[in-house]
Amino acid sequence: MTTSLDGNAAAGTLGALFAFDVTTAVTTCATCGDTRAVAELHAYMDATGIVLRCASCDATQLRLVLTGDRAWLDLRGIQALEARGITTAG
Amino acid sequence: MRWLVATVAETIPETAQAVTLRLDVPDWPGHRAGQHVDVRLTAEDGYSAQRSYSIASPPGSERLELTVERIDDGEVSPYLTTVADVGDQFELRGPIGGWFVWDAVDPTPVLLVGGGSGVVPLRAMLRHHAASGSTAALHLVQSARTLGDVIYRRELEALAGPRRAVTVTLTRESPPDWTGRRGRVDAALLADVGWPPSARPRCYVCGPTGFVEAVADALVQLGHEPQRIRTERFGPTGG
Repeated sequence: MTTSLDGNAAAGTLGALFAFDVTTAVTTCATCGDTRAVAELHAYMDATGIVLRCASCDATQLRLVLTGDRAWLDLRGIQALEARGITTAG
Repeated sequence: MRWLVATVAETIPETAQAVTLRLDVPDWPGHRAGQHVDVRLTAEDGYSAQRSYSIASPPGSERLELTVERIDDGEVSPYLTTVADVGDQFELRGPIGGWFVWDAVDPTPVLLVGGGSGVVPLRAMLRHHAASGSTAALHLVQSARTLGDVIYRRELEALAGPRRAVTVTLTRESPPDWTGRRGRVDAALLADVGWPPSARPRCYVCGPTGFVEAVADALVQLGHEPQRIRTERFGPTGG
């Protein structure tokens, strides 16, 4: 995982986990408080997972490890995640 | 999201490195201009490799189009650009990504800036603009190393019109009679040909990471609001 892309590149994999397009959601970095869309975070991707880092302070916001049919998601680096334009009515 | 089977209907060479694949994808649900797909190739021994490619065709087009640039030591792009032929099949899923998208109903001026094959999703936006009769004023700034590396050159020239402008800049080598721009996309060039910040355009920047960061910084330096600048970076991810 040496090449930095951006969160747009993670949309397909994250789409398998979330019921909405999480790349359009806005995170608040737990480390520095920066707020921006997941699509604008720095993405490091390989076959086993994704690391999304803050575009402001470079702290890890999201880590996803995929092994077979299991996904392990670490969101400790995100203080809050705000999704927009979604329907919450059940 | 389901994996779909795409069948190659046509291959169109764009430059020495880039090929457009026109695909039949049954059950394609439609897409927005700027979205991408994930392509998955699986070898006979079960090994599979996956890459993301921007969609080159506008919403509502008859066939899905991907323009792929060959990365010589890549795992996916050499197959797509030199091996894949009419009738061949591979898997893809999409459309993906709701961030780097432009909808024709939005009348706000638009500035598109693409480096190399970063022009691919912007071509979908430009064609969407033309096909929809959008009244938004749109300007595409396209950067390539040489004239031969300019993807979609003739097509984009033909699409230019009263509400669609296209500027090409060549960064490495240009013919003596070249009447377009020369040099990198920087603040000076964007100040010349882009919308002024007071027009409050939506800006879409796509290309290699270094290109995207330099252009986004230049736009902010000129006074464009960071939240009106949307970016998409790509590769080199092994292609």
